[in-house]
Amino acid sequence: MSTTSVLGGVVRRKEDPALIRGEGLYVDDIKLPGELAAAFVRSPFAHARISSIDVSAAIAMDGVHAVYTADDVRHLGPVLAQVAVGTLRPPLADGAVHHIGEAVAMVVADDRYIAQDAVDAIFVDYDPLPAVVDLKAAAADEIQAHEGVSNVLLAWSGQDWWPGVTDELPDAKPAIEEAKARDDTVTVSLEMVNQRLIPTAIEPRAVLANWHAGYGSFELWSSTQIPHALAGAIAKIFGLPSNKVRVVAPEVGGGFGLKLNIYPDEILCCFASKELGRPVRWTETRREAPASSIQGRGWVGTATIVGTRDGRILGYELDAICDMGAYSQNFTVAIPLLGLFVAPGQYDIPTAYTLTCVVTNTPTTDAYRGAGRPEAAYYLERIIDRYAREIGMDPAEVRKKNFWQPDQFPATTAVGLTMDSGNYAANLDALLEKVDYEGLKARRDAARAEGRLVGIGLSSYVEVCGFGPSALAGLGFSWSEYGQPAAFNGSGVVRVNPDGSCTVIIGTGPSGQGHETTWAQIVSDQLGIELDQIEVLHGDTAESPFGVGTFGSRSLAVDGTATYEASARVKDKAAAIAAHLLEAAPEDIRFADGGAHVAGSPDKTVSWPEIATSAYQPHTLPDGMEGGLESTAVFSPGNATWPFGSHLALVEVDPDTGNVEILEYWAMDDCGNVVNPMIVDGQIHGGIAQGIGQAMFEAAIYDDDGNLLSSSLMDYPIPTAADLPSFRLDRTTTPTDVNPLGVKGIGEAGTIGSAQTIVNAVVDALAPLGVEHVDMPLRPRNVWQAINGARG
Amino acid sequence: MTVNGTRYDRDVEPRTLLVHFLREELGLTGTHVGCDTSYCGACTVIVDGRSVKSCTYLAVAADGADVRTVEGVAVDGTLHPVQEGFWERHGLQCGFCTPGMIMSSVALLEQNPAPGEGEIRHAIEGNLCRCTGYHNIVRAVEYAAAKMRGEEPPAPDWEVPS
Repeated sequence: MSTTSVLGGVVRRKEDPALIRGEGLYVDDIKLPGELAAAFVRSPFAHARISSIDVSAAIAMDGVHAVYTADDVRHLGPVLAQVAVGTLRPPLADGAVHHIGEAVAMVVADDRYIAQDAVDAIFVDYDPLPAVVDLKAAAADEIQAHEGVSNVLLAWSGQDWWPGVTDELPDAKPAIEEAKARDDTVTVSLEMVNQRLIPTAIEPRAVLANWHAGYGSFELWSSTQIPHALAGAIAKIFGLPSNKVRVVAPEVGGGFGLKLNIYPDEILCCFASKELGRPVRWTETRREAPASSIQGRGWVGTATIVGTRDGRILGYELDAICDMGAYSQNFTVAIPLLGLFVAPGQYDIPTAYTLTCVVTNTPTTDAYRGAGRPEAAYYLERIIDRYAREIGMDPAEVRKKNFWQPDQFPATTAVGLTMDSGNYAANLDALLEKVDYEGLKARRDAARAEGRLVGIGLSSYVEVCGFGPSALAGLGFSWSEYGQPAAFNGSGVVRVNPDGSCTVIIGTGPSGQGHETTWAQIVSDQLGIELDQIEVLHGDTAESPFGVGTFGSRSLAVDGTATYEASARVKDKAAAIAAHLLEAAPEDIRFADGGAHVAGSPDKTVSWPEIATSAYQPHTLPDGMEGGLESTAVFSPGNATWPFGSHLALVEVDPDTGNVEILEYWAMDDCGNVVNPMIVDGQIHGGIAQGIGQAMFEAAIYDDDGNLLSSSLMDYPIPTAADLPSFRLDRTTTPTDVNPLGVKGIGEAGTIGSAQTIVNAVVDALAPLGVEHVDMPLRPRNVWQAINGARG
Repeated sequence: MTVNGTRYDRDVEPRTLLVHFLREELGLTGTHVGCDTSYCGACTVIVDGRSVKSCTYLAVAADGADVRTVEGVAVDGTLHPVQEGFWERHGLQCGFCTPGMIMSSVALLEQNPAPGEGEIRHAIEGNLCRCTGYHNIVRAVEYAAAKMRGEEPPAPDWEVPS
């Protein structure tokens, strides 16, 4: 295994030695002297007025320090939302509850056992109200999720455009209607559900707040993807400058978007710590997590394609109702917007869309891995498959016939955004060749001839990520509502220490993505400093440059680029120092093997410790050079990045049980240049697993009264090792020119490409029976019903 | 009970869970709590040779038992082959499920030194991972099994360094 860093090389992760020994420190592993534990009373109703709350028995219990209700904390709210459309969440339910599990009261006690006992001793009198859960019912507005407030927040439509972000485009609708009216065209339409999901990071969220009265400052440990935004929000809420709030996100045990929010528990633990003068901890339990954190997806919509009989798509329409849940939190209403950013996928096709955002009596939805883009890819790639079947054409051929061509990039899509680079047909062809598509089809057909239900599913996808361009800040993609009015820039500090070691401090941090390793590779590649001499720090707002966080597959393309640029500046200065020490010209200095030498004279060398020693002893530097050897860079990309790819699955359905088995799963992704192939593959594996989870297993199911019927991991089955195959990956490489590394982002790609790949495969398997669609999740019962429904 | 070879004598409240005893009484925070209901397996430890989920196991039930946690599998600072496998084959991302996953894998390989892919997947079915899709965890266990048998581990399936 390579021990020196080469961009594009496999390097074992720097993160792992601590984690595999059980020495990783997550929030719940950090203990402070005198800390107290918090627990919450949560609503058993989805919609109810609160007539009274009796906390007397709880507050009288030994070891209970405080019980708070809305009256105590109203002044802290509502919980700040970055896109503040709709009703925002109060810190604790204020007069009424609007979803199951909404926090009504907070107990602070000596330990979590006592806190839970006190929760059980609090009596809340509820006056239940009708709940609205079904999305069409919500859109009809007959029952309102918040009394007297329309459920319909807004509809993103084809008429939208944003100066500086998108091009103004004519409405595609008239041309689409005209195409539908022609005799020589085919119109296919499917109503499909993209069901609600519970993100389910294995580490539940955890918070530990400590108010320092003497310093007038907060320290807050939180399992969050956005420490700087959280610091800004806490500062704004408590009337402090942001530098009086130190947020630390230590090891974060999975994020997937659910930790990309400001949560009431973070605010309330700070409040309680300030009130009580003690550190206050809250650790989420799995049972409360579906309500105490956000959920994802939740669309019902109709996709329509009109096209010619030879596979030319003349128009694509998407009309969906999108579930916001009861309150808007961070980006809530902007998640469908991210979906429409990629609504036309890889295709040069007229697109019309209406995405209606409605409120229901369910927990809030927000970003979950992919965030709008898996939904968009699902509708598009499912209906393309339906269209291909209708006209009797191979689904791969239909896709290729409508792709953007390489010479059309940068390509301005039907929603007015400009995609950086793409080579879609070559990517799909590479996949088809890799899987031996013709051979695979022959295998499928042979199995069918034996009466087996075997199917092939294919999906292409394009993602928009690497947020982002500063102009997007005007659409709410910034932290201005959190008191940190910064666009989604990247930041990085590279410091060569006096001993020649290197400290890199980044504005974003990992929740499993391996930032420490990847960033060290970037810096090592630039400076020629060995990986084990580079330490990458992150997640502590007291020491790190302002960064917006890890989400939207943005860290490497934006913050990674900032670090790259900072290291380039350090390299320039180091070259000047080395040239001075070696009595050579700076342009002749080359870095390798832990130091610098003069080009053509490998024996004229200085080591990094020698360069660094000189840097910190200015009398040894060239005249006028400032001491020190570090740089901070901020990178603001000119565009988002647009990774893409193609996935293929071979499945077999058991006709007697409806059980789906994935026989083979292939992915051909293109995320531009790759820093560490091992880490990139790992991101794809995990992304595919979550897409398969949606396709086959997972669903947040509510009854008509808004009760969550899937509140444990038994009822909400995320994939296990036994449910999944090994994945077969390969990649094409189409670099971007949006950043000098040519990297695009890979965190969400696997999820965006996979759910519809599985559904397309299962529908293909069932096609001989006449099945046109089965809604996710493709649990055996649903598939069995489709089989038997088709058989009549 | 004996934990990682050290004997501990403590009085505990009857309702104290083994995982809380390990984490809060002994400070062994490598064992994690992911679900409280024995589905996710992040809390897996080995009690008297069998892997158990310590979040639904009372501390008093382990009275007198021999308990091993992730902190105890490396010997004299040398990684256990399973730990080495997770590092070499990128068997972890966020690392939260990893201690439990390692303990289940150790228990598997102590009982079955040459498991096939299906047996590995079945053995860790009770340990949920949300990051890796299990692909590289299976590779990690295959690596460890080969090492423990004194064989050369299978080559990694990512491309060779360029």
